[in-house]
Amino acid sequence: MTKKRAFIIVFYIVLTVAVLWFLQRLFMPKYQYGIVEGAMAAEYYEADEPHEVLFVGDCEVYEAVSPVTLYEEYGISSYIRGSAQQLVWQSYYLLEDALKYETPKVVVFNVLALKYDEPQSESYNRMTLDGMRLSMTKIRAVEESMTDDEKLIEYIFPILRYHSRWSDLDSDDWDYLWDRDKVTHNGYYMRIDIKPEAEFPDPPLLADYKLGDNAMYWLSKMADLCEENGIELVLIKSPILFPHWYDQWDDQVRAFAESRDLTYINFIDDRDAMGLDMTRDTYDAGLHLNKTGAETFARYLGAILNENYDLTDYREVPEVAQQWEDICEDYHDMAQAQYEEIIEYGYLRNWGSVAVQLGRP
Amino acid sequence: MLFTSYGFIAFIAILFVVYYIVPKKWQWPLLLMASGVFYWIADPRFIIFICVTSLSAWGSGVLMGRINDAQDLYLKENKETLSKEEKKAYKASNKKRKWHILLGCLILNIGILSVTKYTNFVINSINDVAHTGLKNVDLIIPMGISFYTFQTMSYIIDAYRGTVKPERNPFKVLLFTSFFPQLVQGPINRFGDLSKSLYEPHRFSEKVFSTGLMRILWGYFKKLVVADRIIVAVTALIQDTDSYRGAYVFVAMFFYAFELYCDFTGGIDITIGIAQALGINMKENFILPYFSKDIKEYWNRWHISMGSWFTDYIFYPLSVSPRMLKLSKWSREHLGKVIGKRVTVYLAAFIVWFTTGLWHGAAWNFIVWGLMNFVVIMISQELSLLYDKFHKKFGFKGKAWYSVWEIIRTIFLMSLIRMFDCYRNVPMTFKMVGSMLTSFNLKIFTDGSLLKLGLNKYDYWVLLAALVIILSVSIYKYRKGEVRSKLYEKPWLWYGAMSAMFIAIIVFGAYGIGYDSTQFIYNQF
Repeated sequence: MTKKRAFIIVFYIVLTVAVLWFLQRLFMPKYQYGIVEGAMAAEYYEADEPHEVLFVGDCEVYEAVSPVTLYEEYGISSYIRGSAQQLVWQSYYLLEDALKYETPKVVVFNVLALKYDEPQSESYNRMTLDGMRLSMTKIRAVEESMTDDEKLIEYIFPILRYHSRWSDLDSDDWDYLWDRDKVTHNGYYMRIDIKPEAEFPDPPLLADYKLGDNAMYWLSKMADLCEENGIELVLIKSPILFPHWYDQWDDQVRAFAESRDLTYINFIDDRDAMGLDMTRDTYDAGLHLNKTGAETFARYLGAILNENYDLTDYREVPEVAQQWEDICEDYHDMAQAQYEEIIEYGYLRNWGSVAVQLGRP
Repeated sequence: MLFTSYGFIAFIAILFVVYYIVPKKWQWPLLLMASGVFYWIADPRFIIFICVTSLSAWGSGVLMGRINDAQDLYLKENKETLSKEEKKAYKASNKKRKWHILLGCLILNIGILSVTKYTNFVINSINDVAHTGLKNVDLIIPMGISFYTFQTMSYIIDAYRGTVKPERNPFKVLLFTSFFPQLVQGPINRFGDLSKSLYEPHRFSEKVFSTGLMRILWGYFKKLVVADRIIVAVTALIQDTDSYRGAYVFVAMFFYAFELYCDFTGGIDITIGIAQALGINMKENFILPYFSKDIKEYWNRWHISMGSWFTDYIFYPLSVSPRMLKLSKWSREHLGKVIGKRVTVYLAAFIVWFTTGLWHGAAWNFIVWGLMNFVVIMISQELSLLYDKFHKKFGFKGKAWYSVWEIIRTIFLMSLIRMFDCYRNVPMTFKMVGSMLTSFNLKIFTDGSLLKLGLNKYDYWVLLAALVIILSVSIYKYRKGEVRSKLYEKPWLWYGAMSAMFIAIIVFGAYGIGYDSTQFIYNQF
């Protein structure tokens, strides 16, 4: 083989890799509008401030607790590593991933995900895992999460999964090719609209109330991981009534917490005590909390965390306070933007299901 | 392991690396190991079948070889003492012994093929005719059994005929039978063609390797970008026969022709490309079949290894068998020269096309498909004199527009016959083809109906672009010869084309979630 030929080969290998890398960036869903949960996992890596409290879990944390309120009220610096239907092992690996960058004092895990004992759906897996940086942690998370049709290699090279999006590209794919807007406030997904809590159907009887062995195994692993790293693990059940949290499940989690000397707090019974008014504190009839609800819950939870754990008041740490000032400003700006939309349209036009339905204006 | 699976791509990638790293003498044993792994992954039980076939062929070959050696030695030692008649008698007795060995081997292997593949067909046919209600038998059908059985039989028949020297190493025979790229859908290689490059050591050559790689990419392009995309529409069209009649059948006919071509030739490109990248030469199985001007030419260009197998091992032996010669003589005497000379040719051709149909599948639609080919070929042959007169009178033959017409006519005719393969039901095929003449719903070409077959407008654009590319390459090949060897001389173009094809496959391939992984159509044969 001549030198010229070798050069041409190398040139085209580099060119091919570069083109595929570019196309991969272009084809991957941006999750900047409507369904934004897929953008949450990646946002964590952009957060420079230290976090003493790290939340992991599903929508019962990322839509239920406002880290800005925790900071403004108690000076707690926190972050929520959560995503839609985030499974227990995914929370474990997101925690393991986070521990590569920082070691919080407290990890708060919402236990609702224990109801799932096996992988559920590819789309939720993608939203949780695509944003993780490539590492062995991510690979293990993917292996644990894959449904039957999924392939590990398609997570390592996402173009193999998203290649067919070439015909579905829209302006967002080009606009957010290199930089994406933040969709959360330290992992918190904000909604300010209101739809009062409705009657929920009676919880169905289950054939077996035992929480799955696999789910409990990963909870136990999470407890081990926290213990190894000197982190306090706090188990919570958010003050949300639907999906139903069975007493039998509660008993099992309580027993587990006792056996591992962990704190477990079920906040469902504390809704009145914390002042949660579900006629105004939820945006979707009680499934998730809105901003006022998340702030109410954050104030209540913050008091507990502040009282029981030796947390720093970062309002007193100028360098961090400066960073939080920006986060708070963004938070209040977005709240303002949402209020203005409510005034203009009577509903949120650019967030949630309406945005999905109508698309960008 | 599907050719289109990530596992298979990783498998061949690792094999390529290891193949050129290990000492040269270990290359063919490595291929044997790789073939074993490939077959094991498909189903470990399959290995038993292929081993039985290979060992029976090897054993028969060795026995025949011993007879040949003993014969040579005996004749040499007794050259002076034996009379011509004695030598002839000795040779005849040896030939008989070899014939018995051959027969035993053929019965065993055809028996295995028949039992595994055709038992339920026989049961169903008996049930249909005699309403016996016999239950089907749950038998495993080893992957590629039709291909490797035919390949092994060609080896042992050639050994019997003395055109190949029997291989003494059983593992080499096993590799010849089980070489993994050919297991999925052929081609049906001959021992004489494949053995030399299969067992000899190969040094890495950039030219050989990149040519093989280019061929593999071309195969994946046809399979993933075209065949696995258009199959969605083909499946929709043939499954809902109530809705898709008339012009839809016409669409199904051409879509299926395009799908089958890209699926089968794509698979063969991958097979030959893998072999080529390993330095192993395989004979071409397709030479621009859709450029054929008549059906006979088509069958000389399509699935060549199968066609030549039936010609060499069924048609010719049958035609010159004593019984056929006797029949030929009788028919000439009793039916006249014109008809008489055709009887044995037609009979042999009928048997060939019947078995060709049966080989393609254990179902009546395949048999009817085979016999339709027979009928059309025989009619064309009978009309050939008339055609010649017509061509002579009007002088069309050889003119470009007439050649194009002949090509289109052949494609149409072959596509029409292939509807038996498409609908897989003989009465249904006649009904659907008939609907083309009774239901003139031509508006489907303009009212967007074709966008409701599972393909959107972007899919059609991709298919159109792929058709243009495939057609351009084919026309170039038809006019100027092999494209790859010429392109290789221009490295910027060569590697640029390779890069573009790789990216096109990744982006436009119909694979992954949202697409069903489809087996190659010919894998079932």
